[in-house]
Amino acid sequence: MKKILTSLALLGLVAAGTAAIAAEEHNPAAPTHFPINEPKEMSWSFAGPFGTYDKAQLQRGLKVYKEVCSACHSMNLVAFRTLEGLGYSEAQIKTLAAGYTIHDGPNDAGDMFDRPGKPSDHFPAPFPNTEAAAAANGGAAPPDMSLLAKARGVERGFPRFIFDIFTQYAQGGPDYIHSLLTGYDQTPPAGMVIPEGTHYNPYFLSGVSLKMPKPLSDGQVTYDDGSPQTVDQYARDVAAFLMWAAEPHLEERKKTGFRVLVFMLLFGALVYMTKRKVWADVPH
Amino acid sequence: MSEGHSTYTPKNGIERWFDARMPLPRLVYDSFVAYPVPRNLNYMWTFGGILSIMLAAQILTGIVLAMHYTSDTNLAFDSVEKIMRDVNSGWLLRYLHSNGASFFFVAVYIHIFRGLFYGSYKAPRELLWILGCIIYLLMMATGFMGYVLPWGQMSFWGATVITGFFSAIPLVGNWIQELLLGGFAVDNPTLNRFFALHYLLPFMIAGVVVLHIWALHVVGQSNPTGIEVKSKTDTVPFTPYATIKDAFGMMVFLFVFAYFVFYLPNYLGHPDNYTVANPLKTPAHIVPEWYFLPFYAILRAITFNIGPINSKLGGVLCMFGAIAMLFLVPWLDTSKVRSAVYRPWYKLFFWLFVADAILLGWLGSQPAEGSYVFMAQMATLFYFAFFLVIMPVLGLIETPRRMPNSITEAVLEKNKRAGGYPTGAAAAPETKG
Repeated sequence: MKKILTSLALLGLVAAGTAAIAAEEHNPAAPTHFPINEPKEMSWSFAGPFGTYDKAQLQRGLKVYKEVCSACHSMNLVAFRTLEGLGYSEAQIKTLAAGYTIHDGPNDAGDMFDRPGKPSDHFPAPFPNTEAAAAANGGAAPPDMSLLAKARGVERGFPRFIFDIFTQYAQGGPDYIHSLLTGYDQTPPAGMVIPEGTHYNPYFLSGVSLKMPKPLSDGQVTYDDGSPQTVDQYARDVAAFLMWAAEPHLEERKKTGFRVLVFMLLFGALVYMTKRKVWADVPH
Repeated sequence: MSEGHSTYTPKNGIERWFDARMPLPRLVYDSFVAYPVPRNLNYMWTFGGILSIMLAAQILTGIVLAMHYTSDTNLAFDSVEKIMRDVNSGWLLRYLHSNGASFFFVAVYIHIFRGLFYGSYKAPRELLWILGCIIYLLMMATGFMGYVLPWGQMSFWGATVITGFFSAIPLVGNWIQELLLGGFAVDNPTLNRFFALHYLLPFMIAGVVVLHIWALHVVGQSNPTGIEVKSKTDTVPFTPYATIKDAFGMMVFLFVFAYFVFYLPNYLGHPDNYTVANPLKTPAHIVPEWYFLPFYAILRAITFNIGPINSKLGGVLCMFGAIAMLFLVPWLDTSKVRSAVYRPWYKLFFWLFVADAILLGWLGSQPAEGSYVFMAQMATLFYFAFFLVIMPVLGLIETPRRMPNSITEAVLEKNKRAGGYPTGAAAAPETKG
């Protein structure tokens, strides 16, 4: 055991040494590693072993998505019927779906036609295809938002990725989205070259700036539950909503997990006591 | 242990009927009930059983997932998301399967390191060890192809990079690569053949596992002292002793597994794999699954040409060589003593090797630039030196510690020091059960 500990200590030293070497000097005007700033860790209702979605927050997030994001971003994998997870009733979902126009067909005559949405439909995309989306947005198609909260994450680095196991940190996606949305309006360091048609954002994962202009401003979306109508609040709400869109079964997963772990703990204890009993008179 | 005669006696008419025609109950009884195991096995020996249930769990969840999966480049990504969203408990099956692959590798790495520590590969267990290495190779192929199936960005680019290795082989390289891909680039034919092979290989693993267990039951298990079983007091019957100990080991392992499945299901994956594959957009850093990272670091460590061998071929040769080392271990280790318990120097180098493997894994996840390259080269050098220099030389020059004469003596010595058991308790445990 002593050997194991010594070896682990040695390993720790080696790792710490490498981290020190890796932290090279950098010029603020020409950063080499992105994002420039790490995402801010927010407190989320769905974090931790007993995390649940805050339904009011998800509904606000949906409103932000509908009124702002959906102008450019599709959400192809999410069906209206699943909005029950946001606390909406069947009738509310029917009304919400009917507010959308779905391009369907062909009908018996072989023609394509438009009809009001049904709960079984998915959110319609703002552009007919990725090429159209790219052409309308300066050459790069805005990413689909269905899985965005799981498809984005900043590397945590050693030793944080070890601690993350014990703190159950799995909110890298929403943290990143919130930080990015609130990270505009900052002045780039003197001398930094910002490519034409892009916007500086020190939280952007893959460069100094991105094509998407600042999407949110204070008071842009009207909340009817009295929540503050600020960019920060909008960003939190839409990030939470996107986490739900990416992982709709999160609550069920955590609830099931707790039962499974409690069962395994109890059953494991029984197995251990049986093992003790079986081996009691056999030195080993 | 194989010379022991079967102690199975049919208990009723049905068992007698079977025993006379096809003695399957006798085989099961002799293999999993009466089979003698050394009494001093520690929890490191429970990983064989753990690996068996992981294989079974992967096959079961995999078969159900295959019922809902579509291996077409236009549909694969969405079909996985349909499993996650619409299939009843689909999220659970999929997370069990994807994390199950990782934990299968956790278990196999502990199993392999246990073998290296206790010298489990030495005569007469060379074939047993080699069969294990074949299982490991098959697991790597299966894991790699399984990662391609969701058709995310890392699936696609991982497949592109890894199949690209084969093109480095002189003369036949391009032909092999095209055969693997079913074309000139990763595309629909690649996905289809990977799916077919991903379904086939686990059953081949199961077949080799049968051979592995067969070989094990011929030569018997090794044990922490590395001393062969000499008398009946050295062993206990498999059931209930090993069965219950294995069961407890499994519960602990499955507890950690469940913790990841339910609370950190994406911790071991890469966020980029939640973006559908795009052949026109290369991710910033292409990284394989964590269990390949040490080999990936070795591959990228070779940045220089060695005579006629260019750096690309050199990297590929080193990577495959790193795995080939395992096959040669039974003949590289020259020591007459099996267990590292009695080999102070080997024990030290073993732990350095473990640290080196973890360091290589971490380096594999970092970009191949700056000081990382040099560190990867040093770590690669130590990796090969461990097998090719330290193992053969140490066996010749090391003075082992004094060894007990038998397993029973070792156990009694240990317990005398710990002051645990009443005297006489050691008497004939093999008569129980």
